[in-house]
This record gives sequence, C-alpha cells and structure tokens, in this order.
Amino acid sequence: MLELNKDNFDAEVIQAEGTILVDFWGTKCEPCKALIPDVERLAEQYDGKIKIAKLNTTENRRLAMAQKVMGLPTFVIYKNGEKQKEISGAENCTPETIENLIKEFV
Amino acid sequence: MGKIYDVAIIGGGPAGLSAGLYASRSKLSSIIIEKGKWGGQASTTEELENYPGSMEHPTGPKLMERMKAQAEAFGTECVKDEVIGFELSEKIKTIKLTKSEIKAKTIIIATGAQPMLLGAPGEDELRGKGVSYCATCDADFFTELEVVAVGGGDAAVEEAIYLTKFADKVTIVHRRNEFRAAKSLVEKAIANEKIDIIWDSVVEEVYGDGIVEGVKLKNVKTNEITDFKTDGVFVFVGTKPISDIFKDIVKMSDKGYIITDDEMKTSVEGIFAAGDVRVKMLRQVITAAADGSIAAIAAEKYIENNFEH
Repeated sequence: MLELNKDNFDAEVIQAEGTILVDFWGTKCEPCKALIPDVERLAEQYDGKIKIAKLNTTENRRLAMAQKVMGLPTFVIYKNGEKQKEISGAENCTPETIENLIKEFV
Repeated sequence: MGKIYDVAIIGGGPAGLSAGLYASRSKLSSIIIEKGKWGGQASTTEELENYPGSMEHPTGPKLMERMKAQAEAFGTECVKDEVIGFELSEKIKTIKLTKSEIKAKTIIIATGAQPMLLGAPGEDELRGKGVSYCATCDADFFTELEVVAVGGGDAAVEEAIYLTKFADKVTIVHRRNEFRAAKSLVEKAIANEKIDIIWDSVVEEVYGDGIVEGVKLKNVKTNEITDFKTDGVFVFVGTKPISDIFKDIVKMSDKGYIITDDEMKTSVEGIFAAGDVRVKMLRQVITAAADGSIAAIAAEKYIENNFEH
C-alpha cells in the first residue's frame, strides 16, 4: 500500500487526478493499528478501482494538521485533489464503514 | 456437525481475555470474538498505574497484548469478527458472525463500554478536528497547543495529566466543584503547573471553522455563558454500555447495563456477562479481569451440571 509523507503528498493526492482514500493513522493509535490489516485487504480488493494510501501522522503531524486532521483514526476521500468525505473516530471507523465509503466513490 | 465450543466470549478486552484464560486453564474449549481492537478501552489508556503489578511501564497496550498472548498460550482461540445475531432456542447456542457462525454451550458477554458524548452542538462535526475521546491516539497533534479536558472522574483527571506531556496548557472543565477521581490523581493534577480547573461548568457548544477554535462554557450555578478559546476538546464524561444486540435477550438496567448476580449469570441460563457492560459499582481493568475469571468458572459449573461428559 502506498505510504504518503510530506514529500509525495502533493503529487499523489493534491495534484493527482482520480479518487484516493487516505488512512490517517499514528503509531500510538491502537484502533488505527487494528484497522491496518483490513485497509490493506481493501486496497488489494479494490486495486485498479480506487487508490488507497496511508499516512503516518506521528511522523507527518504538520501535514495532517494542514489537512485539518487532528484526531485518529480518520479516513478521507479526495477526488482530483479535493476533499469529498471523511469519517473519524474509533467507533465510526470500522472495516464495514470504510468499505462503504469506498463503494460510494468507485 | 461442526465444532461446539464450551465457551464463546464476545469482546476481547480485559474481561473477555481473562475469561478466556480461566476457561482454557480449566480445559474448556474457548473462543473470543472481537470486532475492533484487542484490549478494548484499556488499549487506549497510556498510563495504567492502578493495575496491581504494573508499576514499571504500565501502559495499557502492553498489558493488553500480554493478556491476549497469555489466553492464547493456554489454548483460547481469538478471532476478529462481528457478532450480528443469535439463535438461542436450542441448548447449544449459535452466534452468527458476518460470514460464519459459532456454536457453544455457554456465552460470556464482555463487550464493554464506550465513551459517552457531550451532546453539545459542534461536537460531532468537529470530531477528529480537535474533538477527541482518546488522549493516547490524539495527544501528539496538540503539542505546544492548549486543550480542554471535560469530566471529573479518574479518566478525565488521568488523561489531563497525560495531555500535559504534549499540550502547553490543559484546562479541566467539570460540572461539579470537586472531583470524583482518586485523591492521588487529584493531588497530582492540582500540583501540575500546566493544569487549570474550571469548576461548576459544562460545555454548551464546540465551535470552529473546520477545526476547533473554542468552546462556550456554561456555569451551572449562575447560568452565565463564557467564551473560552482552545485548540482541542478531550471528552471524558463517562461511558455507555455496548449492549444493543442483547436488548431482547437478557435483562438490563434502564441505561442498558446487563444485570447479573455475583457469579456473572444473566437472566438467561448459560449466558454470562463480565466487565464494564454489566451493572456494577467500579468499572476498571482489575474489576473487568475479576469478572471474566468468575464468569469462566461459573460457565464451567453450568456445563458440568447441564451437559453429559
């Protein structure tokens, strides 16, 4: 799965054409880490239909904050660089809600 | 016919993991079903100083990881899935999962509780944008910023102290004029130069343009509303049980906590409940673990009395 950071975020998300789902996670966020295998499975399952990437906010805090993400886990859909929809918080982010979010945009 | 477990445990927090450990050590076949994160709420608590024996590096995630490994070492199976329904008319109970089902002689409900919301305007819209229920997850973002921690129990005071490691200033907003939290915690908070306390006040509104900019506070004694600028709002105003799927199955309190006796038996034969999800006085990791062990042994007794060997 594509790993985003301050060097590639602009090219892969903001300047990119098409739809991308970004998984904002952090090394101390246990709910985020519990979701990663599911997100990786979804990335494989929807390969070619939607781009799915993850961003470690512990290492890229300012970048996340510039995207107005200040809480984890958060999943954001971007289309042609524009934020479309997001879900946030451990109770709201489950394998099912993430897949539903993907389905809405493929 | 597929496998019939002696004990099926729903929920992989301290109650469920302890139930698994005690069940498997009693040579009962056991399985734990967890839909989210192993360790439950305890896995999002950085400092777990009140669990006996966890003096050094008492972090929730570490302790929970060890609890799971210990239960598995004695033979408990751990699966990640969600329970979507039950078939309980037979003596052997069936638990329906998203893609399969599990049959078991007994069920232990250990689904726990989740943070309660403030119910204030702006809270939902600004979730993940400054409103948080998990200090461990989100504290990083507030490095050198100022935050409000709402609540007066152990969680609120403990997490406020934790937040001072990141934020420049932490203001505890509490609706009463004294804390419910343990005295040692309160002393630590009061001595902390980064912590301010606003008594007798509740959050009326969280506001901000795409990101938290402040809160409106209401003094519950004078009804006066004041504006308070802040970068983040951490909410620790108690918990609510995760018990919706058991609503028509076992007896519950008005608030949805499951009623048990002191052997963790619910109103239904062969179904037990343990941990934060049941009616009890103190919801802590240690009491959840104790409940889990009692439920497993009570389940063992039930199996001995109701099934042939």
